[in-house]
Amino acid sequence: MRKRNGFLTAGLILTGLLAALILLGFFWTPWDPNAMAAGPKFEGPSLAHWMGTDNFGRDIFSRVLKGAGATASIALATLAIGVVCGCLVGALTGYFGGPVDEILMRLNDALTAFPSILLALVVISILEPGKKINVILALGLVFIPSFARVSRTAFASLRDVNHIKSARLMGAPAARILAVHMLPNTLPVLLPALTIGFNNAVLAEASMSFLGIGVTPPDASLGYMLSEAQGMLFAAPWYAAGTGLVIVLMVFSVGLIGEGLRRRDRGVL
Amino acid sequence: MSEALVLSLDHVYSGYSDGVGPFGKKQRQEVLHDVTFDVRHGEILGLVGESGTGKSTLARTILGLVKPDRGTVTHYTKRPQMIFQDPYSSLNPFYSVEWTLEEPLRVYGKYDRVERKRRVREMLERVELPEECLRAKPSELSGGQRQRVSIAAALIRRPRFLIADEPVSALDVTIQAQILDLLRSLRRELDLSYLFISHDLNVVYQLCDRVLVMKSGRIVEQGTVDEIFDHPKEEYTKQLLAAAE
Repeated sequence: MRKRNGFLTAGLILTGLLAALILLGFFWTPWDPNAMAAGPKFEGPSLAHWMGTDNFGRDIFSRVLKGAGATASIALATLAIGVVCGCLVGALTGYFGGPVDEILMRLNDALTAFPSILLALVVISILEPGKKINVILALGLVFIPSFARVSRTAFASLRDVNHIKSARLMGAPAARILAVHMLPNTLPVLLPALTIGFNNAVLAEASMSFLGIGVTPPDASLGYMLSEAQGMLFAAPWYAAGTGLVIVLMVFSVGLIGEGLRRRDRGVL
Repeated sequence: MSEALVLSLDHVYSGYSDGVGPFGKKQRQEVLHDVTFDVRHGEILGLVGESGTGKSTLARTILGLVKPDRGTVTHYTKRPQMIFQDPYSSLNPFYSVEWTLEEPLRVYGKYDRVERKRRVREMLERVELPEECLRAKPSELSGGQRQRVSIAAALIRRPRFLIADEPVSALDVTIQAQILDLLRSLRRELDLSYLFISHDLNVVYQLCDRVLVMKSGRIVEQGTVDEIFDHPKEEYTKQLLAAAE
């Protein structure tokens, strides 16, 4: 009998619930998130306003739902850029080695050498600050090196395995070997890296927006809201608490999935 | 035995590169020295020698995975296929047996789905595996079953020449005998020739027609099984035989 994997189950349930809430938030929120005076100003959590209201009397729970949607979609898009480009680089360098490997990985090292937030900041100021798409591009670029490194190791370790040699012998083209024969076997390494990547992306978006170089009004992301909440930390502590709680929950639940995946692979292999 | 050849090596020198520096400066390590031999049509040619003498480098050179430094490798048949020693790493763990057997045909691209499935089933029967195996992942199979799948996958495009690198040395003795029987009957049925690499002289004696003895990258002696086993000429061959007693 297969041993139960509590981490994976708990992570999947929590993430599923959060994802359902966030999806719901795209179509419906209990109050209009931008309506001033949806309730009294600075009201604590109540049945009508689950996370209270802010200085304009806006419903914080509604705003958090919207903000979490923005944060999650930015994180996912960032992750998509990082994984697709990173995997491509990793596959090419890991499989072919030689000069391709040297050139791409030294470029990779150069990117890694910058502190990630600083690099994202530079990219954003070169593009145009305040736009969602630019935040995604900047963060996506920052996320490429780590995925390139992880997948390079995975591809390189598969290169000389017998079944890959057989695939070469049968005359399979390199693209097919990489995508069909090797990629599925890198998943045990790649999936946990994906969950970590998602969490880093959530936190990176939050910090950038907190610093005011990410999402700007009228869009709201969790990080932007957190910086807003900072100004009224004493008048409305529930604002910071609610927003922070959702960030923590997002990172925690996806982190559980990652830990579950790692444990499963250790158990099976 | 007919005189037609499936492969000939003519004064082949080969090796591999290691110690790649930052700008690709390579150190060439020569492993094979002046290797000359033929594989005749329909025969099982054994290749023996202790580990590290270059048997695997020879296989890789024949398959074109390594380019010879000097000399020529001439194939008289379609590209040969290879089966490996370790039945655990020679099948892709992600895919079912059916996928693995069908893949060479998909890559070849000349047959439609129905024909591919038909050939897969026919080959499965030839290697004496039950049809239930098709759905199984490699991890659900025994070592002997995996080796049968590897053999089937190597043969499904009907090569005429097969290189077997220690194909039975990872299996226990009863399974060894079954796989050797299978290789013998497949040779007849599919008109195959083998280069059979092994360090196990007993296995070579049972299976092979002729034997090459290799030492430090050179072929030191070659002849029929009876010549080599009964009247070895070289000191090294005698030592090998004595060690196998």
